[in-house]
Amino acid sequence: MITLNVNGKKRSVDADPGTPLLWVLRDNLGLTSVKYTCGISECGMCTVLIDGEARRSCIVYLDEVLESEITTIEGLPEDHPVKVAWIEKQVPQCGYCQPGIMLQAADFLSREPNPTDVQINAAMDNVICRCGSHPRIKEAMHLAARLAAKQGG
Amino acid sequence: METTMTRRSFLQKSSLVLAMGALSGSLRMFNVSAVQAAADPAFKPHAFLEIAPDNTITVWVGQTNLGQGTHTGIPMVIADELDAAWETIRVKPAPAADPFKDPVWHMQVTGGSTSIRHRWDLLRTVGAAARQMLMEAAAQKWKISVQKCTTKDGRVIHPEGKTLRYGQLTLAAATLAVPEKPKLKTPGDYHIIGTPRQRLDIPDKVMGRTVFGMDFTVPGMCTAVVARPPRYGASPDSYDEQAAMAVKGVLTVVPLENRVAVCAETAYAAMTGRDLLKIKWSKGSMPELNDAFIDTVFQDHLEKEGSAAKSTGDVQAAMAQASQTLTQQYKLHYISHAQVEPINCTAHVEKDRCRIWAPTQGPTLAQMTASRLTGLPPEKVRVEILPAGGGFGLRGEPDPVTDAVLLSKDLDRPVKVVYTREDDFSNDYFRPANQSRITAGLDRDGRITAWSHQVAAQSIMMRIMPRHVQNGIDPDAVSGTVDMPYDIPSHHVTYAMVDLPIQVGWWRSVGYSINAFIVESFMDELAHAAGKDPLQFRLDHMEKGSRAYNILSMAADKGGWHSPVPEGRARGIAVTACFESFAAHMAEVSVDKKGGITVHKMVCAIDCGTAVFPDAIRAQAEAGVVMGLSVAFHEKIRFADGGVKTSNYSDYRVLSMSEVPEIEVHIAQNNLKAGGIGEPVFPSVAPAVANAVFRATGVRLRELPFQTDLLAS
Repeated sequence: MITLNVNGKKRSVDADPGTPLLWVLRDNLGLTSVKYTCGISECGMCTVLIDGEARRSCIVYLDEVLESEITTIEGLPEDHPVKVAWIEKQVPQCGYCQPGIMLQAADFLSREPNPTDVQINAAMDNVICRCGSHPRIKEAMHLAARLAAKQGG
Repeated sequence: METTMTRRSFLQKSSLVLAMGALSGSLRMFNVSAVQAAADPAFKPHAFLEIAPDNTITVWVGQTNLGQGTHTGIPMVIADELDAAWETIRVKPAPAADPFKDPVWHMQVTGGSTSIRHRWDLLRTVGAAARQMLMEAAAQKWKISVQKCTTKDGRVIHPEGKTLRYGQLTLAAATLAVPEKPKLKTPGDYHIIGTPRQRLDIPDKVMGRTVFGMDFTVPGMCTAVVARPPRYGASPDSYDEQAAMAVKGVLTVVPLENRVAVCAETAYAAMTGRDLLKIKWSKGSMPELNDAFIDTVFQDHLEKEGSAAKSTGDVQAAMAQASQTLTQQYKLHYISHAQVEPINCTAHVEKDRCRIWAPTQGPTLAQMTASRLTGLPPEKVRVEILPAGGGFGLRGEPDPVTDAVLLSKDLDRPVKVVYTREDDFSNDYFRPANQSRITAGLDRDGRITAWSHQVAAQSIMMRIMPRHVQNGIDPDAVSGTVDMPYDIPSHHVTYAMVDLPIQVGWWRSVGYSINAFIVESFMDELAHAAGKDPLQFRLDHMEKGSRAYNILSMAADKGGWHSPVPEGRARGIAVTACFESFAAHMAEVSVDKKGGITVHKMVCAIDCGTAVFPDAIRAQAEAGVVMGLSVAFHEKIRFADGGVKTSNYSDYRVLSMSEVPEIEVHIAQNNLKAGGIGEPVFPSVAPAVANAVFRATGVRLRELPFQTDLLAS
């Protein structure tokens, strides 16, 4: 048995240490908000926060994260600016890609609290959303930044 | 769907419950409230709408939730006619069942942008019928004529001002007969249709609570990953079962007709085991198939005599009299749905029943498929429709249902079949490739007098519904050519059906998504040949004041077609009429010296009749631009060695954030019947951009994806 820190809780898993974190979270812990789509780090749908940093869990292996804090979308509070903004701007269509995208956005906004469009484009250029929610992702990120500034202030 | 089973899902015994049942082929409404005598079990009605004593109102939706907004739009229509308070509305997913079949197509299917447009009367009638029953119940209580009652926000109102909430009336209303023809509202009285609403499914999607097909589990389930032929028509000659079985968690290896399934405790174990099978595959039916071979086949078909899909007027004579003629060829490659959630299906086959849980766009077909494979009658196959991570037409295909049912039968336990991304690309039913050639004649005034159009493409219908292919014509292959929104006196369209083993299927806006690029690019070429403004040239060939004419004018007006173009930019425009709606796009682009195209702005104008759920329409229109640009710039499936070469998003690029332009959406306001939305907002995107690129550079892009190397100066 291996112990992982996920969303502030210690969780025991019975998995090979070389298993991609994506599958440990989905298969062993039932955290299916972490999505499988490409398996080769191309799409961003399996993104989780590892010690606050957005990482693609399909290419992170279990034995790399034994000492880390792992956060999935369930681990962000419901009033997190990103979640509030995503609802306010009605971002998701099918919604399958959104947990990963939201976590990548949350990480970016924590480092860049007042981003420009150009910075958002650069930060989010490597995620896939087939439905085409891009314009709303951009709007929601600006709104989340404003909400975070208010909460912080 | 026995009545008893339906009953169990009702919230409260004294609710008013309206159900739908198919009676001699047509849908009828029934009052199936608990206080009503048991409905004739032969009708198999399913609850459609429940008004509970606590005032909550539940609407069952039998369409697939692909994120298109239907699961909010359908309740909006019912709630409006019901005069309900929107906050009291709940939505529940319905399974595959007769009452949820498309009233026009007689199949339960989410496709063709039909969810609202094919149910426009049905949904309004259900809401209106329940409202009338509640008013009658109130009138009886108050001992006044029902004509004196009015309704608002979930209450019946007495002429003296006192009110009863709907929940207080359900018990009495439940004893009443369903009115045959309840009075429908006039559009001026809508209070929910056309108003800003939040989608009911979004909070769960944002919180990560939505259970998609990939995420679904049921006790005792195992997960299967299937090795399918890498080449069309191939089958396994040999494989290493022991290597797969050695993986921890792998339970069994099951050969199916031309493929091999690895079943395991987890998806990861199944995928790992599958990769170790080291299958040796046979050569397949066409080992010579590759990109160059395909191109030759299409070019040959352009020269063949096609079947006549349209022949109006005398094209030959008109061409002979034309003051100038123009001929051009266009080419579109095979493209993938590339929906993000891989294909999957969970099935549990038992002795006397079968259950399916799938993010399917075709629940009736899923039910029929499972029925055929198990020998159980369709009513013993329960299909639960799970939220889907994109679909765009692909999820109507029953392949995953077949595999899940066969494996569950074999293993006598629930089985979830999942595709990997590589499986998804190599087993997709692609949007068909197309090569077309058009010759047109212009008279001295620059009017089109003749249009001769040959389409070479594979047929989707030949596989799915061959009876719809008549006289060699697949209607989907020529849609957008035979019904383009222009009046041309002599208009011939012929179709040469390409026969290749490549799997082709429905893809957002189907034939229109392909042919609109060709027609709208060629219209632009003709405009320039005639020395006319491309907008005016199109309008000159349309009926003035028609919906297509008006929406094209709207896109031009809103986009500032006649205003000065910013330095270094150029504009292009295109229009389509499909799925009972009308859409036009105006693109504003610039092209750098290396041939790099920047799309700065896309303006979309859409007339979809009554705009039921404007924000969902806007979202779909934004999405149409993003997907349209993605297809215009990047998307192309490659073939090699008899099969699909493209394997993952690493070799199938889709549009990314930095490429998304400013998008404006303008919705025409009218009270006409609701039309489609998901599909009509797609086809005119790519030609609008190509037309703008021509104006910027003088170079015509006649291939999708664009060959931008032509633009390097």
